[in-house]
Amino acid sequence: MIALLKQPLRLLRDSFRDLLPIILVVTFFQFFVLQQPLPNVGKLLAGIFMVMLGLALFIQGLKIALFPLGEEMAFNFVRAGNLWWLFLFAFTLGFGTVMAEPALIIISNEAAEVAAAGGMISNNEVAQASYAMGLRVTVALAVGVALLIGVLRILKGWPVQYLIIGGYIGVVIMTWFAPAEIIGVAYDSGGVATSTVTVPLVTALGVGLASSIRGRDPMLDGFGMIALAVLTPMIFVMAYGMLI
Amino acid sequence: MVMDALLDFGSGLLVVLRDVTPIMGILFGFQFFILRKPIHYPVRVLSGMVFVILGLALFLEGLDMALFPLGRLMAEQLTAPEFIYGAGAIIPAHADWAEYYWVYAFAAAIGFATTIAEPSLIAVAIKANQVSGGTISVNGLRIAVAIGVAVGVALGAFRIITGTPLHWYIITGYVLVILQTLIAPKIIIPLAYDSGGVTTSTVTVPLVAALGLGLSETIPGRSPLLDGFGLIAFASLFPIIAVMTYAQLSAHLAHKRKGRRQTQENNDQ
Repeated sequence: MIALLKQPLRLLRDSFRDLLPIILVVTFFQFFVLQQPLPNVGKLLAGIFMVMLGLALFIQGLKIALFPLGEEMAFNFVRAGNLWWLFLFAFTLGFGTVMAEPALIIISNEAAEVAAAGGMISNNEVAQASYAMGLRVTVALAVGVALLIGVLRILKGWPVQYLIIGGYIGVVIMTWFAPAEIIGVAYDSGGVATSTVTVPLVTALGVGLASSIRGRDPMLDGFGMIALAVLTPMIFVMAYGMLI
Repeated sequence: MVMDALLDFGSGLLVVLRDVTPIMGILFGFQFFILRKPIHYPVRVLSGMVFVILGLALFLEGLDMALFPLGRLMAEQLTAPEFIYGAGAIIPAHADWAEYYWVYAFAAAIGFATTIAEPSLIAVAIKANQVSGGTISVNGLRIAVAIGVAVGVALGAFRIITGTPLHWYIITGYVLVILQTLIAPKIIIPLAYDSGGVTTSTVTVPLVAALGLGLSETIPGRSPLLDGFGLIAFASLFPIIAVMTYAQLSAHLAHKRKGRRQTQENNDQ
């Protein structure tokens, strides 16, 4: 396992370089603009070292596990030839990862409080809990559908811009009709699907699919799944707000 | 203190595990039961997973320990009326947007810096570099996205301070994206769209949200509920524009260089 940490010093140096802008910005504003000393320097240095080490480990894990696994599975699905399994896989991956996302649980509970305060649902715990659960399922469905459409699009070779621009126009139109309380939540929920583990996996899956299907270009057809996964939750959540 | 740090790290590790386990379950479930394929290099893949889980736990714990508290404190202090107008000065009933220059500078700088450290963006940039055969450089893409976020967050701060409606900016942004899509090199479009989504990930959101909250709480007439969230929408819209602009510029420069070389060759003949 240690042997897999090739050139650990180089990895650490790279992640130090990635963090340098944050360190510079924070020290500049602290010393020159706010003119205050850094609080708790020891803790700060320890934290920065942990972030550096963590980033280096993550990037290495990405290269030896997440990327190859995503691409290999894409390749196997294409070779197995059963596209229904591929669709099911894409949907399950989207739905499952979002249902388990801790950030979404927090957002949907807050949204239920806002909805109760705004009089959209009755102000008791049962109504709030079922509203929050409904919201989670809605976002998970949206991301499952997004990955499903994303895979279908790669198989068919549809240009992603038609789907995305069509979707954006949908978002703008729905913003007019959706209740005000839901709009902020809807816009925020778009970012939930893009967790740090799903992004590399989904990217590798898309690129893997596009490279193993003849006539598809990995640049043109492989990317675009993340964009779909950001877009559909906004539409689905606004629809949820209009239906409830 | 060491004990506390270890306990914190343990609970952080649990959160990451809870996040990653379903993903692993789905991946391995499909791989073993449906595709019925063994995993190539199982030791390599499993150690990679351990690296990902440990790495993320360390990364998040380190951010929580050091950078997030300091960043939040700075956002709070920079947006405080005493800092903006000077101690003891009379605070006007309507915010004077020109007095907030340090806020714009901080918004842009922190937007840029956090984007450079964003792990999902690094992942997408590495992949784009591999797939494009090196045409798209890892750092070029990351810097383009970071500039997009910097402009987006600074403009978002300006919007909260002036109180102009969010949808004007977002709709103008969408129109720009559509127009650029028509003229940008086709090859960059899917990647540009994707880069809008990866910025709203681990590092950027907490710090940018703190800035939005600080502004909407201290400026008269703004509500944290209605104005706090807009910044994230800005941070994911502007990178799309920035990446397409980057591609257009590099295509334009390459074209110019080629043209110049041709004229030179013609002159040589």
